[in-house]
Amino acid sequence: MTVLFDGVASGILLFLISVGLSVTLGLMNFVNLAHGAFAMLGGYVCVVLLNRFNVPFLATLPIAMIVAALAGVVLERTLYRRLYGASHLDQVLFSIGLVFMSISTANFFFGDHQQPLHLPPMLKGQFHLAGADIGAYRLFLIVVGLALAVALQWLVAGTKFGASLRAAVDNPRAARGLGIDVDRVFVATFALGTALAALGGALGIEMLGLDPEFPITYIVYFLIVVAVGGSGNIKGSLIASLILGICDVEGKYYVPQIGAFVIYLVMVATLIVRPQGLFGRSATK
Amino acid sequence: MSLTFDNTRSRRAANWHTAEYGFWMLPIVAYFVFPENLALLSQIAITALFAVSLDLILGYAGIVSLGHAAFFGVGAYAAGLLAQAGWGDPILGLACAGVVAGLVGWITSFLVLRGTDLTRLMVTMGVASMLYVSANKLTGITGGLDGMQGVDMKPLFGQFAFDLYGKTAYIYCVAVLFILFWLARRIVHSPFGLSLQGIRQNVFRMPALGTPVNARLIAVYTLGAVYAGIAGGLLTQTTQFVSIDVLSFSRSAELLLILVLGGTGSLYGGILGAAIFMTMHNYLSDIDPQYWQFWLGLLLIFVVLFARGGIMGALRTVAKRLA
Repeated sequence: MTVLFDGVASGILLFLISVGLSVTLGLMNFVNLAHGAFAMLGGYVCVVLLNRFNVPFLATLPIAMIVAALAGVVLERTLYRRLYGASHLDQVLFSIGLVFMSISTANFFFGDHQQPLHLPPMLKGQFHLAGADIGAYRLFLIVVGLALAVALQWLVAGTKFGASLRAAVDNPRAARGLGIDVDRVFVATFALGTALAALGGALGIEMLGLDPEFPITYIVYFLIVVAVGGSGNIKGSLIASLILGICDVEGKYYVPQIGAFVIYLVMVATLIVRPQGLFGRSATK
Repeated sequence: MSLTFDNTRSRRAANWHTAEYGFWMLPIVAYFVFPENLALLSQIAITALFAVSLDLILGYAGIVSLGHAAFFGVGAYAAGLLAQAGWGDPILGLACAGVVAGLVGWITSFLVLRGTDLTRLMVTMGVASMLYVSANKLTGITGGLDGMQGVDMKPLFGQFAFDLYGKTAYIYCVAVLFILFWLARRIVHSPFGLSLQGIRQNVFRMPALGTPVNARLIAVYTLGAVYAGIAGGLLTQTTQFVSIDVLSFSRSAELLLILVLGGTGSLYGGILGAAIFMTMHNYLSDIDPQYWQFWLGLLLIFVVLFARGGIMGALRTVAKRLA
């Protein structure tokens, strides 16, 4: 049971850090490999506020999201928007460039060591429930993750903003003709994606750590979730994250010899069977 | 191809241009001008060969890959293992590296055939990551994170030992690069190469011309893997060491950067990109070891936004102005 619980928690964590990418890559069709850089930014904002200014952990999260969203808006206005129509390869190269720059910048300001994180007492420790050891922080992650999934699903599928976003992605010209301000929708969506990245980055420090190499170390995980879940699909990302998280943790627990292998195997196997991902719409572009 | 069509233009492109003869004088000149830097020059030649291998699949056939280091690494380990087992003949090692990497390339090519650019990026990256993780786990064979040691090379052709100054290594690398480049040049100007470019430009029209698209893509992907494997083998033999770094994601990403910096689809782009990138890397990381990545990232963004043709594109524009 404990293993299963840890698997679910690690799946939710995967979901939290990659759902922002599912928004930018899936909904806006932009291969943003620099997603991890925004997650790292969120992580550093959280750590700095917590350790230097003694802001409570939970209060740092919204601040991290706002800072990253602002950075996202600035970059979207100046650079990203130029590449919306470009090939995936160009977008990959551009965002790898951003990743390299973010690593050096983080190194310059914070040094190359792991950042310490002091959790509030109520999120520390673990308790015993239904035959499993439940870590308080992991339970917290699961609650946040599920709440976020519900909220996002509602935002994309149930609101006017979600409808204009989907219209703007599927056919920008027709959307403009209907009076949708495509530019503004894209900026807002990109800001949302980066804010989610920052939230995931900040929440992930406890389990993943935080150092300047963060964007490159975890790039693979973000992309795997989106690729397996199918792009532009909140539910798909959640289910894919859970599958991958559980497979990863169970794999490492029961067959440690091939532990880290499992997650890639699941991805490649999924993509062979379903190139669009588990819940992907057939490719639009 | 039984079709008759006017192919004088492609014939002309297949002939060697004067500038190309001049270009291949450069490695010979470099040998005498920079005798202190032969180790770096050998690295450049190896990276250039690696870039040519990616250019074959990306620049000509249009297959995007974020995991080309997989084949480089497989070749590097294959050559290393063979030498460790006592078969230290360099040429035999290269052949082995090429064959093993080609086999891996052939098997994985079936995964790459399916899906869009994005799926290909993911699958290639996934394959490379799997190999990285395996190499990390199989410490008994690969040495894991500590790397593989005890790679003893026999003299080349039984005559020329690998010396401390890297003279033999340099000449060996450049010779291999030149021979394989010449072969690649023949291939891309053959009907086979032209059909690849056709596939890149319009994948739906090529079957109508009678081109078996999937078979061509499998063939070129395997060929690219063989080239990458040989480049990896060269690295093992000249450094007599294999680090797990040969399979890393950064190696794949850097290679993509090198090729785009130089310009895709010309074979020379990769070589120029490798020369400039490696030199820059060497000097920038001397001046500013911690932050050279920052300048690298900046350069990459600049190339994507403003100079998409890379160096070869810029050279072509200049040549057109002059003509």
